[in-house]
Amino acid sequence: MPRRLVTGFIAAGVVAVALTGCVPNKAGAGAGAVNVAITDDTCAVAEKTTATGAVSFSITNKGSDTNEFEIYASDKLRIVGEKENITPGQTVTYVAQLEPGSYYTACKFQQVGGPVGLAAFQVTGAATELTSDAKKLSDVAVTNYISYIKSQVGELVPAVAAFSAAYAAGDDEKARSLFASTRAFYERIEPTAEAFGDLDPKLDYREVDAVAEGLDWTGFHRIEKDLWPPAPGALNSDGTSAFLDWAPSTPAQRQSFAAGLVGDTAKLQELVSAKDFTVSLADISNGSIGLLDEVASGKISGEEDWWSGTDLTDFAANVQGADVAYGNVRDIALTKGEKGKKLTASIDAEFSALNGLLAQYGSIDAGFTDYGQVTDAQKKALSDQVNALSEPLSQLTALVLGA
Amino acid sequence: MRTDPASTDQPGIPPTDPSGATATAAEDAKAPHGVSRRGLLGLIGAGAAGLAVGGGTGAAIGANAASASSQRNAVYPFHGAHQAGITTPVQDRLHFASFDLADSLTRDDLVQLLKDWTAAAAKMTAGQPVGETGAVDGPEVAPPEDTGEALDLPAAGLTITFGFGPTLFQTTDGRDRFGLASRRPAALAVLPRFSGDNLSPEISGGDIAIQACADDPQVAVHAIRNLSRIAFGRASIRWSQLGFGRTSSTSTSQLTARNLMGFKDGTANIKAEDPKVVDAQVWADGDPSWMAGGSYLVTRKIRMIIETWDRAQLQEQERVIGRNKGAGAPLSGGAEFTAPDFSATGATGKPLIDKAAHVRLAHPDQNKGTQLLRRGYNYVDGNDQLGRLDAGLFFISYQRDPQQFIDIQRSLATDALKEYIRHVGSAVFAVPPGAKAGGFIGQQLFA
Repeated sequence: MPRRLVTGFIAAGVVAVALTGCVPNKAGAGAGAVNVAITDDTCAVAEKTTATGAVSFSITNKGSDTNEFEIYASDKLRIVGEKENITPGQTVTYVAQLEPGSYYTACKFQQVGGPVGLAAFQVTGAATELTSDAKKLSDVAVTNYISYIKSQVGELVPAVAAFSAAYAAGDDEKARSLFASTRAFYERIEPTAEAFGDLDPKLDYREVDAVAEGLDWTGFHRIEKDLWPPAPGALNSDGTSAFLDWAPSTPAQRQSFAAGLVGDTAKLQELVSAKDFTVSLADISNGSIGLLDEVASGKISGEEDWWSGTDLTDFAANVQGADVAYGNVRDIALTKGEKGKKLTASIDAEFSALNGLLAQYGSIDAGFTDYGQVTDAQKKALSDQVNALSEPLSQLTALVLGA
Repeated sequence: MRTDPASTDQPGIPPTDPSGATATAAEDAKAPHGVSRRGLLGLIGAGAAGLAVGGGTGAAIGANAASASSQRNAVYPFHGAHQAGITTPVQDRLHFASFDLADSLTRDDLVQLLKDWTAAAAKMTAGQPVGETGAVDGPEVAPPEDTGEALDLPAAGLTITFGFGPTLFQTTDGRDRFGLASRRPAALAVLPRFSGDNLSPEISGGDIAIQACADDPQVAVHAIRNLSRIAFGRASIRWSQLGFGRTSSTSTSQLTARNLMGFKDGTANIKAEDPKVVDAQVWADGDPSWMAGGSYLVTRKIRMIIETWDRAQLQEQERVIGRNKGAGAPLSGGAEFTAPDFSATGATGKPLIDKAAHVRLAHPDQNKGTQLLRRGYNYVDGNDQLGRLDAGLFFISYQRDPQQFIDIQRSLATDALKEYIRHVGSAVFAVPPGAKAGGFIGQQLFA
């Protein structure tokens, strides 16, 4: 995953026009607008390449329901531009300020689920000098990060629906195959979900946490233990018997846990879609280090996915989430002189090293090595690299806030 | 740093401690031989710390030993109404051991073990070697009674405190080995599970606890080593813990020390100079009667996620604790000993001391006035297999009833600090009153 080498150069920003939506197309340098034709299951962008600058898209929704158009960074995760709420039959113009680099375009039917018609989109030309308008940079970072959060939750919702349905129906094999990849959407935005207080305990608490806090144990990990039931004599991560106050869920309990997971995920979507939902610049950069802390405290030790052994998927998703959050404030860091250049260079290099190390064990799409098969020496190498990245990353907030 | 031991050993010239304290001639007179205790201590202190934590960290902790308090020559009486080592000004070093009794042990054997331990503890706390003949005065053809590493060292404020675990009275599978089940205090029961617990059974619980505290690590280790040797065949160590850098003060004469998070710890601790509070919060009542003048001891091994903590922003660290890091003053303002104002709010209307701050949730004002007498220690058990420091706080508290600890620990369920710590060991013990001269520890229990 050498994407960091690329993202280093696409330090683009979407100008504030993205905030307001329909803005007269006064840019495009005579190239004309790039036409985008949307149907329910396609997203045809007429050009594969365009020149850098204020790129104008003329988007027509020929489908049957509301759609949205998105421009991703080369990691296919971080959003650099988005036009929402395009109704059937509508044609809208949307202008994105794009720096040279590799992007992906996609649409989202009914504004949930995975990207439809993901296609590479190249922007050529010479990079323009970064603006030093702090307010503008901050607005862009916040806007795009909120879009990204919504996009991840938008993908989480249908993934949870499919996973929960398989579990409730007793199709354990299918549910097991969906467990790790479904969680990835959640793990990428975990600090945001945790900020909502009581949702994370319901969705993502491990048994030992719930028992200790006297909460009803629900969510992903409750289901995990049914799907990967403990062998006789097995222990929980805290050394207690795996069968202490636990028995395999009955079909009725399965229905209830599945419905709970779906309901709590819907609640999460409602919260991040609320008009007043916002994040601060510090939330973004702190979220980045927070995700690495999640890795350091839960994933490295193998306590997170105690029964499934899918810790490395969570690990990778946390790292991706950290990388996206960092990517959102990276431009701001670059405006902070020599110090900013040095810090971003260091963070870029360490992200690249960590991604390289993780890639030795698989990928989120293809699956990762069972964490039980990872040796102590390999865990130490991963832990060392997490520390190597976390140290410079922990300096990011102070730099970005100019403290 | 430390001068050549020989040069400090000149008659009439008191050796100077790096902390600035000057030993008096009277203190010197207590030295068993003419050897400079301080010169020797520096060397031995470093060596023992190396033993304690192994390898590279030894040197740093050895340096800490060199600047230890000036109470090195204190001698605390072993006999008394209460056991020493509770309200005694907290010493700098800890060696704590929890023992399991042998299956073959009878009630009489147990009584004899307690008598043997009492005799040895009385000698060692007085700065003397154990046994009739000590370390070097016995027969040439017999192993010495005392292991010898504390020869030439003063008592160093050594206290040895004994406690009885719930399993002494009844095993977990319900056996009453010593006919003591009916005498178990109702208050003495295995602690419930708490939020954030990640306990390992092998470093939790135990039949009998021995807490050895001293201002010299070698003196503390010597005590546990010899008590353990005396018990071979009768009791063996289940788990043990070395600690350094006291994290609490139990006397107004002591400065508030810092824990490994870098914060002052135990500012609002119970102090020996406040007998009303000590009586109300620390000493057990007479139910059961054999516990009158005793106390209850809770230990919690609290691993710190040091690496994550060290990366946390200063304002986050201070928010989590609820005090500033420099002076230890509450975030509501004032100095270290200013009472925290939990209702004070800042410009944005948010409380100055966060709702989840450790100081708020642990404070007596938030816990119906409940207080604990804390005398915990920092620990560094080398590193884990990931190369992270295996370090944290070995929490020790004494209270009239373990329920005090339980209530406070429950109120800490939402503690912001939880993100950075993990409780990995837990134990509770009934600490009997002190032994009278000629008696033995726990005598009242067998009466």
